[in-house]
Amino acid sequence: MLQDKDRIFQNLYGYGDWGLEGARKRGAWDNTKDLLEKGKDWIISEMKASGLRGRGGAGFPTGLKWSFMPKPDPARPSYLVVNADESEPGTCKDREIMRNDPHLLVEGCVVAGFAMGASAAYIYLRGEFIFERERLQAAVDQAYAANLVGPNNIHGYPFEVYVHHGAGAYICGEETALLESLEGKKGMPRLKPPFPANMGLYGCPTTVNNVESIAVAPTILRRGGAWFAGFGAKNNAGTKLFSISGHVNKPCNVEEAMSIPFRELIEKHCGGIRGGWDNLLAVIPGGSSVRCVPAQEIIDCPMDFDSLSKLKSGLGTAAVIVMDKSTDIIRAIARLSHFYKHESCGQCTPCREGTGWMYRVMQRMVEGRAQKKEIDMLFDVSKQIEGHTICALGDAAAWPVQGLITHFRPVIEARIDSYTARADKDAVKVAAQ
Amino acid sequence: MSVRRLAEKQPESFEFTPENRAWLDAQIAKYPPGRQASAVIPALWQAQKQHDYWLPQKAIEKVADLLGMPYIRVLEIATFYTMFNLEPVGKYFIQLCGTTPCMLRGSDDLIRICEERIGEQRHVTADGLFSWLEVECLGACCNAPMVQINDDYFEDLDAANFTRLLDDLAAGRPVHIGPQNGRLRSEPLGGLTALTDFYGADGKSGPLSDMQAALQPANPAK
Repeated sequence: MLQDKDRIFQNLYGYGDWGLEGARKRGAWDNTKDLLEKGKDWIISEMKASGLRGRGGAGFPTGLKWSFMPKPDPARPSYLVVNADESEPGTCKDREIMRNDPHLLVEGCVVAGFAMGASAAYIYLRGEFIFERERLQAAVDQAYAANLVGPNNIHGYPFEVYVHHGAGAYICGEETALLESLEGKKGMPRLKPPFPANMGLYGCPTTVNNVESIAVAPTILRRGGAWFAGFGAKNNAGTKLFSISGHVNKPCNVEEAMSIPFRELIEKHCGGIRGGWDNLLAVIPGGSSVRCVPAQEIIDCPMDFDSLSKLKSGLGTAAVIVMDKSTDIIRAIARLSHFYKHESCGQCTPCREGTGWMYRVMQRMVEGRAQKKEIDMLFDVSKQIEGHTICALGDAAAWPVQGLITHFRPVIEARIDSYTARADKDAVKVAAQ
Repeated sequence: MSVRRLAEKQPESFEFTPENRAWLDAQIAKYPPGRQASAVIPALWQAQKQHDYWLPQKAIEKVADLLGMPYIRVLEIATFYTMFNLEPVGKYFIQLCGTTPCMLRGSDDLIRICEERIGEQRHVTADGLFSWLEVECLGACCNAPMVQINDDYFEDLDAANFTRLLDDLAAGRPVHIGPQNGRLRSEPLGGLTALTDFYGADGKSGPLSDMQAALQPANPAK
């Protein structure tokens, strides 16, 4: 089990002081200048050595991402953009960082910004996080007042940190849509290439990172990449915030070592599955965008990128949605289809039309008002959406439906059978009148 | 995507208050010269807050004028982003999360209560106090089910405490923001399982526990 001294987010639950003084007591802002003096190359190589994979869902190595930034050019500033548009159903980890330990994020911005030669960081919060925005802004103000950031700060590297917000669009969590939104446009993803590292915010080199990826960076650099790499399985290093929701006895956020088995995670922190382990039906292990995994496959699975992708699912944002046997699994997935229909930006036809189509068919499947051959058709159409759109929202909409059909086809068929049986009975009644 | 149109009845004019105008200038200063369009979402949001939580056409045009943007570009923003209310809402505007994590924990009960007490979605009660809308994930899934009422999150709801919450709001009584079941944030209910070295099992008895600082508002002026 991960020991408390090895936890990075030491005020995750907000029982301590969120402000500068409290953050300093927990080790933040401790001689940050020393870290910067070791140089960019050292920071990037240490981040690579830590094995940190991006915490926003895709799991791209963070150190490598930072190394893609071109050399600073006075005519074209570089930017760090922090993706705090946390909207993936099931995910609520970044919120805790921003309201309970915001200084980790602000310090992370300075360190990451220095490593990539950026002149400013924009932190893009989702619009609904109003309290979190005020807290984070207050923390940024404290950092300015203490001259930790700003044009002539004590670290000797001029750097600005700005807090920006959206207004309720899931798609703005996609990095290029986020940049569009930050430029004051509709959040519609851009075609890549050019990648943001070359043409990002305002056409300047930009790196977009998740809140958690940035917030863990200073601690990793202080304690060394090897320390962080010591947790979790190979290629899945580090500690990770897990958000466990749904049918567990005590849903919670918790920081644990990567590769912790699912059973241990739930037993230790969530008081077990509601109604006991025999009552577990399925788990969505990485936020709504990954395929669900049936109980018997997940119970002893290590919670990390590689183990879960072997189950054709994924760790995503480590938002674990647990469903017990009382769940109407078809309805649970249909509700996700509604989510994607609602959140599609409308730019690419397969997604704009396909998400609505899938939702309408899923609605009928919930009632059983469908034909069995439509199950295959639904699967086929979901494959037509997947991979045929600019961004990954099309894929994300298709995968939950595919997971449902792969693992719970008999449930869908039984629902159709029971509807058909009922229809026959009703039909006879009407005819007899 | 969802169909969103401007309200039929629109006010004659819209003007930012001097405080909000100054606030907007400070926002614009965050972005490089010539990039003032970046401030469009914060500007519209402030306009909405100033105008009883809904955004009239005149406000959209005002923001466009201030930021030097064509009207259509700002109208696009106002209709694309779902937090902009394009028609009047109740004094207490309830955004009810109905996405799967909340659904699994019983948001159906909350929806039923809203339908019984308030009526259909977007309908404002005759006394002007309430209106509600089912929205997509609000990012508080460990505290499901939850609603956002105006700026504040109310979490760990059930039929009983949600009814009580609505009663209290209707009667003008003070309400507790955040989890309604005794939790502070998103820790496990009934005692910490992690960070106990720093905060003790109850969160309040460890060397780093500082409840006074923890509960201090971010914005004391508010």
